[in-house]
Amino acid sequence: MKIAVLSGKGGTGKTTVSTNLAYAMGIDYVDFDVEEPNGHIFLKPRDLKESDVNIMTPVIDQDRCTLCNICVETCQFNALVNTGKRILVFEDLCHGCGACSLACPEKAISEYPRKIGVLFEGTYEKADFFSGRMALNEPMAGPIISEIKRRIPKGRDHIVDCSPGTSCNVVKGVDGADYAIMVTEPSVFGLHDLKLAVELVEEMDIPMGIIINRSNEYDPLIEDYAKDSNLRILGKIPFSKAAAKIYSEGKLLIEEPAIKEIFEGIKKQVLEEVDHAISHS
Amino acid sequence: MKIVLTAKGKESSSPVDERFGRAEYFILYDDAAQTYSVINNPGQYENSGAGVKASQIVIDAGAEVVITGSLGPKAFMVLRDAGIRGYQNYSGTLEEMVAAFKEEKLQELLTPGEEVKTRGRS
Ligand code: SF4
Ligand code: SF4
Repeated sequence: MKIAVLSGKGGTGKTTVSTNLAYAMGIDYVDFDVEEPNGHIFLKPRDLKESDVNIMTPVIDQDRCTLCNICVETCQFNALVNTGKRILVFEDLCHGCGACSLACPEKAISEYPRKIGVLFEGTYEKADFFSGRMALNEPMAGPIISEIKRRIPKGRDHIVDCSPGTSCNVVKGVDGADYAIMVTEPSVFGLHDLKLAVELVEEMDIPMGIIINRSNEYDPLIEDYAKDSNLRILGKIPFSKAAAKIYSEGKLLIEEPAIKEIFEGIKKQVLEEVDHAISHS
Repeated sequence: MKIVLTAKGKESSSPVDERFGRAEYFILYDDAAQTYSVINNPGQYENSGAGVKASQIVIDAGAEVVITGSLGPKAFMVLRDAGIRGYQNYSGTLEEMVAAFKEEKLQELLTPGEEVKTRGRS
């Protein structure tokens, strides 16, 4: 079982939901928000193993290069340019796909491993923990996410804390999920971002439900939308001073009995929904 | 001499576009023939690398001069290496820019502008 947790933008409580729910369900937690990973703050994983994520980046042998332009035309990412004097490589645009070196008829392109980030693997109290972090000045989240994905043992139940927004990296997180949880806030902005995220998941044909964070108990804005869109509200996490304090101390909200109950309720609903989804797929 | 101008339309009377990589059109002005021709800008919709792609288009068009709003660091570097000079446009039509360039009234872009942040990281 794979559950993806997403939100149309950052700061809506996506990580709060992912970490607490992973804990409540006792399953692996995977942090795909490699730009700003936060899950470790709350789950406090132990025995973290750190490894580098590299991508193979081209180096042009200008003596061999005939400026035939084939590599430039091959690169989908505009990382190569032919100035008429030489081929320039813009490393921060290069995705390390290897297409250019394969295409070069003069064998003028070699590759070197360039570090774009790191990956962490460990365990937290209940199960395994995976995350990654982009290196400074290396805006290449995709390959790090793909590498984390490869490390998750096949068949392990896990929760994926997706990157915020609706970019292709979110798609990578949601891809292959049995169920998606949308975390939102009861505000006009929250609803706007929620709609974008719902559209994305609908396109991928993955069943989903909504969790309202900082709920006012009755949130007509989101609830009416959910009703109209035929989406289940899995739970509401109330705004409380106690919760804010626990959060600011980097602790799990389910340490608070009232919130623990809410997460137990969410867990039950999610399991039902996932069961339903799997039996209908 | 050939000049590439960034433009919001396809005519010599069209307004300039201050964007380089994400310009709506590139217009190639050929001084010898006194003609304007349109080059579409596929880079306009690119997630990243639009400036690099645009620079390649300018190089491939055989231009010696680019007239646009500003050049990001990558485009600036590529055009430098290719020996192409950039000049800054101001609001007006393409014809006006060409005339101003010939009268040496345009300012040369001697430093790169800010890097245009891409939509969503890839
Ligand atoms: S490895 Fe791929 S992305 Fe990088 S420069 Fe070559 S073709 Fe472009
Ligand atoms: S494909 Fe090889 S020979 Fe051709 S321009 Fe690129 S590096 Fe040079």
